[in-house]
Amino acid sequence: MTDEPLLRVSALSKFYGSRVGCDNVSFDLWPGEVLAVVGESGSGKTTLLNCLSTRLLPSSGTASYRMRDGQFRELYRMSEAERRFLMRTDWGFVHQNPADGLRMTVSAGANVGERLMAVGDRHYGKIRATAVDWLSRVEIEEDRIDDEPRAFSGGMRQRLQIARNLVTGPRLVFMDEPTGGLDVSVQARLLDLLRGLVTDLGLAAIVVTHDLAVARLLSQRMMVMKDGRVVESGLTDRVLDDPRAPYTQLLVSSILQV
Amino acid sequence: MPTPLVVSDVAKSFTMHLRDGIKLPVVSGVSFSIKAGECTVLGGPSGAGKSSILKMLYGNYAVDEGQIIVKHEDGLIDLAHASPRTVLAVRRQTIGYVSQFLRTVPRVSALDVVAEPLVERGEEREIARGKARALLAQLNLPEKLWALPPATFSGGEQQRVNIARGFITEHPILLLDEPTASLDATNRDVVIELIAAKKAAGVALLGIFHDHDVREAVADRIIDVTAFAPGKLAA
Repeated sequence: MTDEPLLRVSALSKFYGSRVGCDNVSFDLWPGEVLAVVGESGSGKTTLLNCLSTRLLPSSGTASYRMRDGQFRELYRMSEAERRFLMRTDWGFVHQNPADGLRMTVSAGANVGERLMAVGDRHYGKIRATAVDWLSRVEIEEDRIDDEPRAFSGGMRQRLQIARNLVTGPRLVFMDEPTGGLDVSVQARLLDLLRGLVTDLGLAAIVVTHDLAVARLLSQRMMVMKDGRVVESGLTDRVLDDPRAPYTQLLVSSILQV
Repeated sequence: MPTPLVVSDVAKSFTMHLRDGIKLPVVSGVSFSIKAGECTVLGGPSGAGKSSILKMLYGNYAVDEGQIIVKHEDGLIDLAHASPRTVLAVRRQTIGYVSQFLRTVPRVSALDVVAEPLVERGEEREIARGKARALLAQLNLPEKLWALPPATFSGGEQQRVNIARGFITEHPILLLDEPTASLDATNRDVVIELIAAKKAAGVALLGIFHDHDVREAVADRIIDVTAFAPGKLAA
């Protein structure tokens, strides 16, 4: 474990006119850590994720990222090209809807291979072999490699999106409701897969979810958001077993028991 | 004898914001220490706050007041005020915990559930699995169950998986929350042996045991938790 965080976020705010997206959010994220951001719809969690991944620019605040050379760089002062390069190589972004993160009209293999080509791989055989390897890691049969994701089920598409994101060996992955919209058995399989990959690869991840069970399974740390603000944060099991903020208590007590 | 964990003047209450903010005091003025090579037992009736104390020591419950000083790596850490990252490091290296119930993860086999804490400490997966097999065999868990996820196991089978998971590592401090509650006599005896082995290895144990025979067999010292009832101090 390194002594320096991978990402330092300080007083990040985003306003849409007079409406608050997220307000004064600060935290550090270390390599290998999974941080869950929970809260109901409209709490600002997706705005926060989009600001962190530089898909949106914040109204104020800073976020600095430790590059592979060990230097911290201020994300919002980078050029557009530098940010795109980071997004393609060192980061991943798993969307709730796989269609937003995949190219639906090229083959599964090409979806994975494209990211490899973006980081400079040119050898067709090698790219294909890596693609096959990654498809098997996300439990997609080799004989589906030439099919388009349009022909895949929702769960398969989501697994393909994960393979596409992880193939370049990113150090930080953003996930927006990665199991949203999947039925429970598919969800369990995906969660188990994600959990294994995150541990094996030592990834840092920021996972936005409204599902506290998903947060408990995947994350070590948690931030609870309401009306754009962080109302409680801490170890995931501490927040869930001993919630202190009124809103967290309401969230935890609203879970349906099976 | 070294005292790897010292608790001083710890207080805990729950504020129920959904019930008009009423405050439920749990314990206050909790002060004790545990010693290496000893098994200290928290005694007292249900609701006295025994589990809450264990959960605070594991960082699972927040602490309102006081300090929990633990020897971690080469220094001392106050767990009551430690960052989440520090608490995680303490859990990985210093304090182990056998909870009352196993929290199962879909699709992970019993063997890997047990091996996981060792792998997290940097052990090779196959060596960790070997140790997991030995422990599960010692706890008489049928071998045909090892490759299955424990979600569908009986209460006693799940508890044995949980015990194996807690005992597999060499944490210098081990917290036990009623590890024998749903075990038969044979397996209770196995747990007593496992605790004796930990003591011999110099581990400091702190546990809750409702079973009288087990408590008699393992306890070096009993701390009466009713002494920490809130309100007692005010007098």
